[in-house]
Amino acid sequence: MKKRESGELEKIVLESGIQVKPVYGPEDVKDIEFEKEVGQPGEYPFTRGIHPFMYRKRPWTMRQYSGFGTAKETNERFKWLLKQGQTALNVAFDLPTQLGLDSDDPFAEEEVGRVGMAIDTLKDLEEAFAGIPIDKISTALTINPVASVMLAMYLALAEKQGIPWDQVRGTTQNDILKEYIGRGTWIFPVKPSIRLIGDMVEFCSQNVPKFNPFSVCGYHIRESGATPVQEMAYAFEIAITYIEEVLRRGIHIDDFAGRIAFNFDIHGNLWEQVAKFRAGRRLWAKIIKERYGAENPRSMVLRMIAGGGGGGLTIQQPENNIVRGAYYALISVLSGTQTMALCSYDEAYTIPSKKAALISLRTMQILADEMGLRDTVDPLAGSYYIEWLTNEMEKKIVACMEEVGKKGGMVKAVETGYIQKEVSRQAYLKEKKIQSGEITKIGVNKYIMEEEKTDIEFHPFNPEVAEEQRKRLKEIKGERNSKEVEESLHEVKKAAETNENVMPHILKAVKCYATLGEITKVFKEVFGEFKEPVGL
Amino acid sequence: MNKTEPSRGKKIRVVIAKPGLDGHDTGAKVIVHALKDAGMEVIYTGLHRTIDEIVTTAMEEDVDVIGLSIYSGAHLPLSRKLMEQVKAKGLTDKLVLVGGNIPYRDVDTLKGYGVTEIFPVGSKLDEIISFIKDKVRT
Repeated sequence: MKKRESGELEKIVLESGIQVKPVYGPEDVKDIEFEKEVGQPGEYPFTRGIHPFMYRKRPWTMRQYSGFGTAKETNERFKWLLKQGQTALNVAFDLPTQLGLDSDDPFAEEEVGRVGMAIDTLKDLEEAFAGIPIDKISTALTINPVASVMLAMYLALAEKQGIPWDQVRGTTQNDILKEYIGRGTWIFPVKPSIRLIGDMVEFCSQNVPKFNPFSVCGYHIRESGATPVQEMAYAFEIAITYIEEVLRRGIHIDDFAGRIAFNFDIHGNLWEQVAKFRAGRRLWAKIIKERYGAENPRSMVLRMIAGGGGGGLTIQQPENNIVRGAYYALISVLSGTQTMALCSYDEAYTIPSKKAALISLRTMQILADEMGLRDTVDPLAGSYYIEWLTNEMEKKIVACMEEVGKKGGMVKAVETGYIQKEVSRQAYLKEKKIQSGEITKIGVNKYIMEEEKTDIEFHPFNPEVAEEQRKRLKEIKGERNSKEVEESLHEVKKAAETNENVMPHILKAVKCYATLGEITKVFKEVFGEFKEPVGL
Repeated sequence: MNKTEPSRGKKIRVVIAKPGLDGHDTGAKVIVHALKDAGMEVIYTGLHRTIDEIVTTAMEEDVDVIGLSIYSGAHLPLSRKLMEQVKAKGLTDKLVLVGGNIPYRDVDTLKGYGVTEIFPVGSKLDEIISFIKDKVRT
């Protein structure tokens, strides 16, 4: 090969700190043992994908985030989305619900029904899913510190619909460690929060085999500023923390690892994202097999939802975000995602409007049916650059995980604020690079247009929703058997104070319409509350 | 516009606060870093603070600037409550800045409450820094 003069070309360094050459060739991949390290799709180490035929057999699951004000309004949107061809639901809850506060809590006042649906009791969930047989869909419940209560409500709902628990499919997001790093819906201190996750995994492995009790979210860590390497490394360290909690209870890795799900971010450099996922799949398979001795290949696969990437969207020239969303969807497909939840063009402002949600859904459908993207599996495999970059990303992810180890592991690193500091420092550095033009953002620091200062159309907030919700809660509290509620809460408390699994007791409480806030209060009494390290 | 005298003739003191339940703290943390780099003394409250807690911190820390960061959409009621407290406690000499995803149509309402300036998503760090320096040091 002729030696080319590349000295005058601009130096390219990826966000993850990897320098990119202008041309790659056979010499860059000569040390790769393709059979062993890249292998076949659906086979260890799953670099090329977790299924042998991937989208050729079945397109990815399309799941848009939605949930509004009241359960009734949400129910209408759910039904509409399913009618449009969406195949699963992704439920948005309002902030009080996510933080275990009832709608009549004074601290919840301004937030009831604002960024999603308000759930106080099982009644609300019953209404949200009225006429939607939940054995026919898979539902993602975006809730974390009180995911145990929401899971209990969902299982109680299944009982009411006459659906056996082994037919219930879905995911509770339930990744508390990432909440301390980004997103911020935490309540209890770190250790008891992890114990609750352990209780849920244990309960599901015995009773709800098709349910994913947690979904580890690199997504929010990346959105909070992390590089793609940190996103993957921190997510793996978090998942490992939960795995250790479950193993401690004497459960075998193969009895639950197959239900572990991940939620990852997509924005930034296309090749870096694709390599991130290929490297991530390979590394995760190695960890589960080699470190934890899993034997079932299904335990070793990195099952993921991807497609979002709100952090890449811009408030300037918002329609450009439709185009960005389409590219993120393309990246997700080239990365081999199982489920796609595409960010909507109005995401820089608000939860998606109906129009924005539909455009996102159509974007995915166009990619699935018009572009030939489903014809063949992992078409980028064997590319000199992609295989080289996959290896480089894997090395970087391993090094970043070792850094967390040096800080005493993920729990300690979060309690002390180490991870939060690392991530916010990256966010600041990136913002400075965008503002200086070192990182190009179209419409922000290049091709800027004088824009009319108008707001795009977005989902309106109706303040009456909160009033209605409070009225409803008061009614339910009046109708229920308060002695039964009190006793059930006492049982939850007793279990929380010991090592007993809390899930059966929460189930009993939600069935007699104990509120989310009442159950959370019990946990606060037993566990206390997280003290946020605020030093930056 | 009232021009605030620097409290102690040295570093400008700022509290960056996250009121209410909103957990989106990346923007607030970026501002904390930027203002610190610009030589200011910055106190970050952390998440889930009540307006009372924020006002108390502002008084105890004797700040020149109170910055609220809100992404949940609840910026109007939260800012109104803050300004009521600011007036009640006689803190009207402080600059009050609101950042986050604030729609244009709410800017005038916020200023009507007495908020000094609004820096929505996409604002330039340099602009925020020079605005503060300009208003606090005459």
